[in-house]
Amino acid sequence: MPLSIPKEEFMEPGHTACHGCGATLSMRYVLKGMGPNTVVSVPAACWAVIPGAIPNRTLDVPMVYTPFAATGAAITGLREAFNILGKEDYNVVGFAGDGGTADIGLQSLSGAMERGHNVFYIMYDNEAYMNTGVQRSGSTPYGAETTTTPVGKDRNFKRQRKKVVADLMMAQGVPYVATATIAYPEDLIRKITNAKNVKGPKFIQILSPCPVGWYYPSEKSVEISRLAVQSGVFPLFECIHGQLKVTRQSKPIRLSEYLSAQGRFSHMEEEDVRNVQEYIDERMNFLLELEQKSGK
Amino acid sequence: MQAVQKYNAIMTGNEAVAFGAKLARVGFISAYPITPQTTIVEKLAEMVANREISAHYVEVESEHSAMAAVFASELVGVRSYTATSSHGLLYMHEMLHWTAGQRLPVVMSVVNRALGPPWNIWTEQTDSMNQKETGWLQVYCESNQEALDSILMGYKIAESPDVLLPLMSMEDAFILSHTSEPVILPDQDQVDSFLPPLNLSFRVDLKNPMGYGSYSTPDGPYMELRKDMMDSLRNSRKVISKVTKEFGETFGRNYSGLIEKFMMEDAEYAIIASGTLASTGKYVVSKLRQEGKKVGLIRVRFFRPFPDLEIAEAVTDLKGVGVIDRSTSYGSAGPTALEVRSALYGKSEIPVAAFIAGLGGRDVKVEDFEKMFQYVEQGKTGNFYINVKEAC
Repeated sequence: MPLSIPKEEFMEPGHTACHGCGATLSMRYVLKGMGPNTVVSVPAACWAVIPGAIPNRTLDVPMVYTPFAATGAAITGLREAFNILGKEDYNVVGFAGDGGTADIGLQSLSGAMERGHNVFYIMYDNEAYMNTGVQRSGSTPYGAETTTTPVGKDRNFKRQRKKVVADLMMAQGVPYVATATIAYPEDLIRKITNAKNVKGPKFIQILSPCPVGWYYPSEKSVEISRLAVQSGVFPLFECIHGQLKVTRQSKPIRLSEYLSAQGRFSHMEEEDVRNVQEYIDERMNFLLELEQKSGK
Repeated sequence: MQAVQKYNAIMTGNEAVAFGAKLARVGFISAYPITPQTTIVEKLAEMVANREISAHYVEVESEHSAMAAVFASELVGVRSYTATSSHGLLYMHEMLHWTAGQRLPVVMSVVNRALGPPWNIWTEQTDSMNQKETGWLQVYCESNQEALDSILMGYKIAESPDVLLPLMSMEDAFILSHTSEPVILPDQDQVDSFLPPLNLSFRVDLKNPMGYGSYSTPDGPYMELRKDMMDSLRNSRKVISKVTKEFGETFGRNYSGLIEKFMMEDAEYAIIASGTLASTGKYVVSKLRQEGKKVGLIRVRFFRPFPDLEIAEAVTDLKGVGVIDRSTSYGSAGPTALEVRSALYGKSEIPVAAFIAGLGGRDVKVEDFEKMFQYVEQGKTGNFYINVKEAC
């Protein structure tokens, strides 16, 4: 039986990520899809720390580190400079967390996408500022407890819905937009491959569960990632030049199965769960409507 | 052999620096518009559109992104350029540290403009003085010609293996940026022989993958890297002198290194100033000399590295010196005055008067300079605001 995932590794053992880190698997799969002619730029993020302190590195491709807000602009400069040197075939990849993408980096991301550079922007979404100790981000979902949305005498869990950057990117008309997650590596790598065939900016949001910040046992990251898709919390889709395809659920599960597997939702009451279900239904309807419209 | 050249163009300071970037054969330009920098980047965009320059020009969505983009392109080994002013420079601040810390010889033009509130687009140096701790070299220009030439010298200095730090070149808002002067536009061939292409030894290389700027623990190389930046800024003094001399030999225009001395030979009193304030100062010095007063002027060209030794040597035997700052360090004194006092400490007992003048573009007139010279002759040593109106 042929391998469904490229054998070639661009990530060396010995990185310093936490046990069960979803973001680490995300990088590994992304690079398998990209291949060797790749340069990765990371802002302040878990991935600024995972490769280890100077002089260690864990990737077999160059990594350009930048301040928090700069990913979109850094990949702009890298792309243009490689083009000037005749290296149009290099993959220039921004790899940023959800805080670096949905919050502080949104402006430079949006600028880079609008200008149409031939770049990849991978948002590894662990739904909070994990590297700094689990603080709320714009991409944190409704209901989640974080260190800045604590449940004390007042139940100050995050009351606002998740800002879904992939939806913003579709609204902006980015030529390639997709979501993926580590439980489905073939799907993730296929999306990288598809993205490589699209000229212009590419944006992929990868749900990357975090045992430390979502409060679940570290061996369950892949399982949680799968439950997020099956429960409809994180729908998988691909949108190429405005043509949206939403992945249908073959084995849907109840939302409570996803929520109850994680400590960050353990305080939730029935009404809170209903709010989440309402959101899931609304968003799925939105995506399906968009899919139907884009098919015409 | 010195080439004899004559004025062959009339242009504003902003046009002059755009031609400087063109002649330096910059490969990548990224910028965001802000008054009064706009005519620099408009001119460059026009050159790109007319294929007069082969650079890639990217109009980014903020100054932070402009500096992040030139940081990244320079790291790939492409000579990169940007320009900004005032709030734009402040918005870049984080990336200024990052670019210097990564040892990238980017050159940037800064049009010195006041900071709000209230909004004020006229000249003041507080914007660039706020960046003196970033590891960038700083040169303050007095004429459109110097603004152009400082881009050419700037790349040569910054790219020297003994320096490898970025450089910002300043021009006063409107007084230089939007005022036309006769300029000598050098030949491209001459510039090419003076300024070879960039050859960055540590550029991003897929065959030798490295992490650029990952992280360092307290016992890692962090502190050594920072000390090396300080050492390189110190070494840059020699490089500045050498490059300035070589520039003079190639183009016939002689800039005097870190400072310029004007009528200082037998001076008893002097004023230290930078930018176009020095031009008015020179006029007043000439006038006072005709009245028999032994006065002179020192123009600070480079503020980073600060010419402490040069200034100390030039003023030690004077009877008094005044320092003009077109900027403020709130709660302390003008940045140049602080540096001068520090440079003289333990070397000279002469009185130092510190003047804050011309904030927000207020004119600093001949009579203001005469008043400042009176203060210096009186041996005053405090901090003084010049030409401040009574409370209304």
